[in-house]
Amino acid sequence: MTLEMTTDTLSAVDTTVNAPPAVSPEGETLKMRGRDVKVFYGNKQALHGVDLDVRKNRVTALIGPSGCGKSTFLRCLNRMNDTIDICRVEGNILLDNDDIYDPRIDVVELRARVGMVFQKPNPFPKSIFENVAYGPRIHGLAQSKTDLEAIVASSLQRAGLFEEVKDRLDEPGTGLSGGQQQRLCIARAIAVAPEVILMDEPCSALDPIATAKVEELIDELRQNYTIVIVTHSMQQAARVSQHTAFFHLGNLVEEGLTNDIFTNPKDQRTQDYITGRFG
Amino acid sequence: MTDIAQDTAGSAIGGRVKGIPSGVHTTDEARKRLKKRYSMEARFKAYGIGAIALAATFLVLLLYTIVGSGLPAFTYNYVNVPLDLSAEKVDPANPAGASYNTIIRDGLKAELPFASDRKNRRVLYSLVSSGANVTLQKQVMNDPSLLGETGPVAVPLSDFADLYVKGLITQQTEFLPSSAATVSGTEGQVTVTAEDPEFTKILASLKTYYEREIELLAGKIEARGRSEASVISKIAGLETRLAGEKDPLVAQRLTSEIEGNKAALVKIIAALEKQKAELVTLQGHFDNVAMGGTLNANMPSFFIEVNGGTIKAENVTPTSVTGTAFIPLASQAAVPAGQWGIKELETPESFRKFSDKEIAYTDYLIAKGSVENEWNSIFFSAGASREAEMAGIWGAAVGSFWTMLVTLSLSFPIGVSAAIYLEEFAPKNRWTQLIEVNINNLAAVPSIVFGLLGLAVFLNVFGLPRSAPLVGGMVLALMTLPTIIIASRAALQAVPPSIREAALGVGASRLQAVFHHVLPLAMPGILTGTIIGMAQALGETAPLLMIGMVAFIVDIPASPVDPSTVLPVQIFMWADFPEPAFQQKTSAAIMVLLGFLISMNAFAIILRKRFERRW
Amino acid sequence: MFWTYAALLLLVFVTANVYGRFRAMQVAGNQLSVLHSRPTYHGGYLAILAVLPASVLLIVWAIIEPRLLDTMVINANAEIVEGLSKPQLQAFLRDARAIAFGGIVGFSDAGKEQTAEVFASLAKISLYLKTTLIIALVAGGLWYGNRSIRPQMRARHFVERTVMGLLILCSAVAIFTTIGIVLSLIFESLMFFRQIPIMDFVFGTHWSPQSAFEGAGADHGDTNTKIFGAIPLLVGTMLITFIAIMVAAPIGLLSAIYLSDYASTPVRAIAKPVLEILAGIPTVVYGFFAALTVAPFIRGWGESFGLSVSSESALAAGLVMGIMIIPFVSSLSDDVINAVPQSLRDGSAGLGATKSETIRRVVLPAALPGIVSALILAISRAIGETMIVVMAAGLAANITVNPLEAVTTVTVQIVTLLVGDQEFDSAKTLAAFALGLLLFCITLALNIFALRVVKKYREQYD
Repeated sequence: MTLEMTTDTLSAVDTTVNAPPAVSPEGETLKMRGRDVKVFYGNKQALHGVDLDVRKNRVTALIGPSGCGKSTFLRCLNRMNDTIDICRVEGNILLDNDDIYDPRIDVVELRARVGMVFQKPNPFPKSIFENVAYGPRIHGLAQSKTDLEAIVASSLQRAGLFEEVKDRLDEPGTGLSGGQQQRLCIARAIAVAPEVILMDEPCSALDPIATAKVEELIDELRQNYTIVIVTHSMQQAARVSQHTAFFHLGNLVEEGLTNDIFTNPKDQRTQDYITGRFG
Repeated sequence: MTDIAQDTAGSAIGGRVKGIPSGVHTTDEARKRLKKRYSMEARFKAYGIGAIALAATFLVLLLYTIVGSGLPAFTYNYVNVPLDLSAEKVDPANPAGASYNTIIRDGLKAELPFASDRKNRRVLYSLVSSGANVTLQKQVMNDPSLLGETGPVAVPLSDFADLYVKGLITQQTEFLPSSAATVSGTEGQVTVTAEDPEFTKILASLKTYYEREIELLAGKIEARGRSEASVISKIAGLETRLAGEKDPLVAQRLTSEIEGNKAALVKIIAALEKQKAELVTLQGHFDNVAMGGTLNANMPSFFIEVNGGTIKAENVTPTSVTGTAFIPLASQAAVPAGQWGIKELETPESFRKFSDKEIAYTDYLIAKGSVENEWNSIFFSAGASREAEMAGIWGAAVGSFWTMLVTLSLSFPIGVSAAIYLEEFAPKNRWTQLIEVNINNLAAVPSIVFGLLGLAVFLNVFGLPRSAPLVGGMVLALMTLPTIIIASRAALQAVPPSIREAALGVGASRLQAVFHHVLPLAMPGILTGTIIGMAQALGETAPLLMIGMVAFIVDIPASPVDPSTVLPVQIFMWADFPEPAFQQKTSAAIMVLLGFLISMNAFAIILRKRFERRW
Repeated sequence: MFWTYAALLLLVFVTANVYGRFRAMQVAGNQLSVLHSRPTYHGGYLAILAVLPASVLLIVWAIIEPRLLDTMVINANAEIVEGLSKPQLQAFLRDARAIAFGGIVGFSDAGKEQTAEVFASLAKISLYLKTTLIIALVAGGLWYGNRSIRPQMRARHFVERTVMGLLILCSAVAIFTTIGIVLSLIFESLMFFRQIPIMDFVFGTHWSPQSAFEGAGADHGDTNTKIFGAIPLLVGTMLITFIAIMVAAPIGLLSAIYLSDYASTPVRAIAKPVLEILAGIPTVVYGFFAALTVAPFIRGWGESFGLSVSSESALAAGLVMGIMIIPFVSSLSDDVINAVPQSLRDGSAGLGATKSETIRRVVLPAALPGIVSALILAISRAIGETMIVVMAAGLAANITVNPLEAVTTVTVQIVTLLVGDQEFDSAKTLAAFALGLLLFCITLALNIFALRVVKKYREQYD
């Protein structure tokens, strides 16, 4: 079983369950690997063959100007693009050693393993408790009511929201402030025990204080989860991520350690973008 | 798998959630749960498909029922009879004064000369419509060239004869016997004798009939027997009570009760005896049915068609049939196999309103080639009538036309004006808000309430004429107004403000901007809404019942103030008539109405598609 | 007569319009620039002045004339019509009118002949008066208008203000309609409640207006007040509505869900027109279907199980009414389901929920108020529906919850009481208006409630 990262064609599904995880040249485990990912909306091509690795327990930031395809790529990682009728995806994306677009892979299971937090906080019009309990309930993760309560409390704790809401768990989630709502959505996502969390500009609708809290939370979450975050803000990418990928016009221009990208970009376009020439 | 340990070690924020091991989603258990969830998903989806399929089934069923029963009513059967329209019978100077009934009857008599006695003649006359004389008169008045000659004229059949010809009265089956036959005569009682046992088919049918009758009777006897037993036990009970009774008054009452029960018992026993005797007779018939039997009106009828005549089977043995010759035979000659036939009429005579003799006569006319199926012009040109074959939808259609004309000429200008005001000029204050709430509520007021309004205000306060399309149109205009206003407002809203600004910018007044620039652009949308509103109004019935448009009106209304009815009300009235021919007319009228509605809606859709513009 | 005058006025309108234009050009010396308003407006100005007052007079006249004539005729012939009951009087006047103006005369006698003469002479006076007045108004308008046409005259403002007035009048028609409905219902109902105590009506459990003049009060010609109890009608209405909703709610809701979240484009292309056609079928057709196909079918089906089924069972009417409101429920639910933001669906899908889990646990709870109000609107529609129940439900006012028995409804009774010739102020006829008022109040309350819920719900996601 070759794990050469340079090959563009990877075996679709690894049948050997206990195959060793792929590792990067630096020895980091690769949680997800995208190879030659192309996305079409009808006749329009949105991604032109992207190769990108997501390292385990790291925060990977996807940056680039609007319409560059970073959100599209993110949504490919848990097949949220399936909900769009005219969208078509080519290429391979592997989660551990499984191709997530293989017909044998179940999208529901995939999304349970790869959770998502959206741009605009979207709590369900239910109580705070029910919002967090929703995932464990549908996946049958709790054996009893006590279990469920423990999971909810723990999730809220991990999302740093518990202290703020512990007395009003029965109140509607839509009544919280924007930042709290977004952390509620993160709590809701981690309550399902995902392996990867995708975040699509999670702070773009928040004020600076709330943003700081969420960023802090992202950093904490990194210990246990693999995180991919799309962001518009250079500073945010610099603050929270260890790896950064720069997208431009549907192409992955450059990727690498965040530090390297920001201080020593190899590509002119990256340079221009970071220095604010366009964006 | 050391989450718990990790959890306690790590900080609270950002740690793994307690209680869920990692990799929980890929365990066998999770996969099993997933399977269950997917079957739930499939079930839910199936409910949705089921709901849609059910709705579609309802629609198909409804249309199928209506088209199936309405389609035959679009054609009608006429009999071509040579009629004597010479000057002797019809005075050319005064064609209206002739007795067309006599002319038609004479013509029919000549066609079926053998129907000579009164009884047969009456049967014969009943084959043509009782309104045939009126039709003939009209025909003659319109086309005087018919006069003075004897030529074939198409006379409408009666409604039942028409239904029979369309095959809606009874199913028929014909058998071709494989042996030769001889006949005993040409008229009256005739016996047909076949070489081989050709008539076992008739006997089989008779046998089934007896079987069923015996079963029914046995059931009745059993029930009677039960009631007999219960009366006997009741009497016994009463008698014991009487024996122990001390009070003379009660004893007397009990005695009389016993008397009453005994009398009832006697009656039951008598009836039982009678039924048992009947059963024995039936059983006897049944046992001997292989040898022969007698047919009656409660079982299928059989005709023997031989030598151009028709004999109705009455007494049957396996090789011979005796019966009345409804149509006399041409000769008494023996017939070879294949030249004669047996016809079965499945519906028993007593279950239909068209007798065997009428069937034989009609068949005779059909065989002569004088019956022909034509486009039912009466249905499309006549007004209401008590006679099913003379009733048409033209009167109602014209009434609908007048009503719609009034509705359109009121609701369109008023509705569009109101929409223009509310959308373009109205200040946002309590008044305009009130009007808006009002319009929304009016749209949901039951239509019958509008009818009450029409009755109380238009008829009783304003004294407008009852049953008139004018009033009907006014009521329907008020009813469709909300639809038109709402649609027009939406259409006006869709015109971008830039158009208004452009017009105002070149110095037009607000009114000019609206009337010259906005309104033309909004017109397709307004028209679409109007057509949909008119389609609603065209199908509306209830409010029109309130203002007397349910009257029986024979004349075609010539103006909006003449009494008239409308298509849906006509459908409502016809639906109440018991004659099967009216049921078909109802369905046919529904088809016409639906045709109008569907084409109106289709037109609205085309209009919308054609002129739909997105800014 | 009315139409002749209307046509003449139209002619005047066109002529005045043309003349006004010409006149404006004349006073301007054929120089458009000196005119404040374009000549068209001067034409309009003159035409409005000439025709509008006369038209108003014509319409008012047409409305009052018959009443006024009747009253005057009755006063003039008080000795002839004395002692006639109201319906007799109406018939008398009808015949007299027919003699005077032509028409079908029931039968004629000396009194009617005499009355007819009065009618004819009064009508003649009325006609002369009307003609004179109209001519005067037209002439006056023309004269004044003609005189005031000057280059600096603001004809456009006048015309526009008139048009605006007309527009406002048109939008007030909706209000007038509501007022008309409310007033006529209340007025007639009050007359009814003068004869029948309102409590006997609203809480009475016995309904048989056909026997209005039998029983206790029959000897005195009084109306028996105990036979106008509306409860059986309300129970019957509720029973049929309940059955209808039981059919329409699941089918309508599920098909809306399927169409909005599952159906592929071709399925939608077929299913949507199916629902639209169902919605477009007139109720009388449903009634025919119910009475002719569904009721006998249910009867036969019930009898095969040994149940006794009325041939006018509530089940048949309710079932068909349910079919009728399926498209209503489905299109309203479709609206509210589509109003649930996509972000909620995405949020749920992102957590690994299946489509049905998303719908059942997120979309439906979120759309619940909207769905509830859609169902309330459907209920209100079912309550007010007339033709299906008239044709398929019975006349027997039973209080029962057995769907296999015959029940009657409010609308059926309104139709039964009012179809056919009846004197207008008998308790029987007036009862129909009381029922109408009841119906109006119930449906209005339901509608207002439902519209309010919908509005709140819309605001929540806008």
